[in-house]
Amino acid sequence: MTAERLAPPSTVVGRRAWLRQNLFNNWYNSLLTVVVGLFLVVIIVLVAQWAVTEARWGVVTTNLRLFLIGQYPFDEAWRVWLSLLALSVLTGLSVAAYGGGAVRALASGLAAGQALLGVLAAVSGMGLVVAGALLLNAAAVWLAFAAGMRLSLSRRALGLAWLIAVPVLFVLLQGVGGPLMPLVPTRLWGGLLLTFLLSVGGIVLSFPFGVLLALARRSDMPAVRYLSTIYIEVVRGVPLVTILFMAAIMLPLFLPAELRVEHVFRALIGITLFSAAYVAENVRGGLQAIPSGQIEAANAIGLNAFQRNLYIVLPQALRAVIPANVGLFISLLKDTTLVAIAGTGLLELLGIGRAVVAQPSWIGAQLEVYVFISAVFFVLCYIMSQASYRLEEQMGVGHR
Amino acid sequence: MVPPWRDIRVLRIVGQVIAVGVVLFIGYLLWTTLTTNMSRARLSLDLDFMRATAGFDISQTVLPYSPRDTYGHAFLVGLVNTLMVSAVGIVLATILGVITGVARLSTNWLVNRLAAGYVEIMRNTPLLVQLVLLYAVLLQLPAVANSIALPGPTYLNQRGLFLPRPVTEPTFVIWLAVFVAGIVVAVIARRLSARRQENGQPTHGIGRLGLLAMLAAWVVAWIVLTPVQFDLPEQQRFNFTGGVVISPPFAALLAGLVIYTAAFIGEVVRGGIQAVRRGQLEAAYAIGLTPMQALRLIVFPQALRIIVPPLTSQYLNLTKNSSLAIAVGYADVFSVSRTMANQTGQPVSAILLVMGTYLVISLLTSLLMNLYNRRVQVLER
Repeated sequence: MTAERLAPPSTVVGRRAWLRQNLFNNWYNSLLTVVVGLFLVVIIVLVAQWAVTEARWGVVTTNLRLFLIGQYPFDEAWRVWLSLLALSVLTGLSVAAYGGGAVRALASGLAAGQALLGVLAAVSGMGLVVAGALLLNAAAVWLAFAAGMRLSLSRRALGLAWLIAVPVLFVLLQGVGGPLMPLVPTRLWGGLLLTFLLSVGGIVLSFPFGVLLALARRSDMPAVRYLSTIYIEVVRGVPLVTILFMAAIMLPLFLPAELRVEHVFRALIGITLFSAAYVAENVRGGLQAIPSGQIEAANAIGLNAFQRNLYIVLPQALRAVIPANVGLFISLLKDTTLVAIAGTGLLELLGIGRAVVAQPSWIGAQLEVYVFISAVFFVLCYIMSQASYRLEEQMGVGHR
Repeated sequence: MVPPWRDIRVLRIVGQVIAVGVVLFIGYLLWTTLTTNMSRARLSLDLDFMRATAGFDISQTVLPYSPRDTYGHAFLVGLVNTLMVSAVGIVLATILGVITGVARLSTNWLVNRLAAGYVEIMRNTPLLVQLVLLYAVLLQLPAVANSIALPGPTYLNQRGLFLPRPVTEPTFVIWLAVFVAGIVVAVIARRLSARRQENGQPTHGIGRLGLLAMLAAWVVAWIVLTPVQFDLPEQQRFNFTGGVVISPPFAALLAGLVIYTAAFIGEVVRGGIQAVRRGQLEAAYAIGLTPMQALRLIVFPQALRIIVPPLTSQYLNLTKNSSLAIAVGYADVFSVSRTMANQTGQPVSAILLVMGTYLVISLLTSLLMNLYNRRVQVLER
């Protein structure tokens, strides 16, 4: 067994020694420290001055509803908060069942994010009810965690709950018609809600397709291998904008005239076709990492190709590529902004931002809006990338 | 005798036939619906419209262009614009990326943290949002009347950065000859020096002498011949005349692409340098190399081997990301194609054309980088 490797004991004692060692250990480092420090101070002062005195943050608080849910009717917005509640509870339970730093980081992020939005909602015109609901959701993450610790749910049941939750929540958001839950067509969805729909939908739908492509690319049948390789390389060779543009304009032409596809689903199909190629490359990495002895052993106990993949190869390969796929999800989340310029007619977070900037009363408030949008993306992506690092550590990728 | 339905050779052929058949069948279905739908909507796949007059203007171009030119020429202008912003972007992003990667490894806490913060911000916000944000910042610059004057003379205002334009004189050709001759001399001197060193003879600093001669020849010839004059920008009432202008759309796109990609390249460089085993560096010091020599002769060649493949994909990403130009109003190939698709009413051909173009660019770039990669790898062994 390998002994745990400890860092050498610190030779630095005291604040002055730390400064000397890390900032002023020789003449050019001292110079560098002074120059970089001055540069940082100037930048921070300028930005802070702008943010406090000049910026009109009212553009964000007044339009917060648009940023969050787009044109989703406000009377029906309770369904969005309810969906968030369901997500919060499921996440809280997952922390209890799975544990580990990664899930915990995600849960804290979800709780903190909702609490922050709750505070923002209280300041904006969305009312105290919405603010209360969001704060309650934040609390629900911890309550569900506490409950989960007592109940000790099985992981399998929880996985099933997540699987069921996705379509159920979609139906809840879209509605079924009737006075209680009137239909909210997807073209009214917007803002952060649409950003989530496109990115989560994209990664979930592209996953099975990507796995198939990866298996096909590793196949020993040349025809299958070439077909898969051509698809992957072609998709990776063109920018996402062109694929989204094609999906928006050409997709209806590929389908029978009677079949009308909503704009949201056109974009979703474009994103899925695009990200499947990238999922496939990730999964291929996982497949290559499996020792050949595993496959030989599977052959030796008489499994056929299908069983071998399903029971032996894929469970190991997919587990190994989870961190890589979290990374892919982060870039997909960022890439959903491209639907704003691909002529899809959809208003996700950036699209809403551009629409808000075009309002006559908020002319010239571009910086405020785009800084806000950047901040939202940064918080989301940073939390997920931290979770992904933890996951890598937890799974010991590269330490086996 | 194995029955055919259990014979692996037969099964493999059957499997491939089925796979190809399914793909062909789906392709056929899509193709027939596409053609019927297209003929119903009076769309076609031919490229005849490329010969019609474009009629729209493109603000900043590398190639000469006027609205009276054809769509085909407009497409070419867009393509060259894409290639230019990508090429300049790749060079600048590589420089900034290497600086970032080295800064991430700095022992200076402040520099280290600053680089890390920069990388995290870039990696966790969408490029498109950064681009529109940068563009919004550039539009905050003062109007022409209150231009910011910088040394050069260079002026910065809402309409862009106005720089002196270099104009070559007839003597430029002579200077170019001196330039090349200088390089030849320096290379010969270096070869000679290397050979003498191998044979154990004293070099008398021939290599360094050659380099010095080259630089001296360049400078003296430049002063004597004055091969380049500058056309200076002059402030008029509403705009500047003369000089060369870098427009805000181009500046925003270039800066956005460079700043974004450099963060990723920085991580690639850092990973490459860290992947070189510590023992290699220690061994280099042990045989008496200076820190600079150790970096140049030991660490860098090995790091390069690891860096080149991920660097290639960053270059490809930058080129593909230049298609976001439309958000800041720079006329790249995608932006021109979209205008073309709207104006001609033939979106299908325009889309396929632009996708094919990007595919060719990507394949060519990876081919070139693979060739370079092979060279680096072989040199190593």
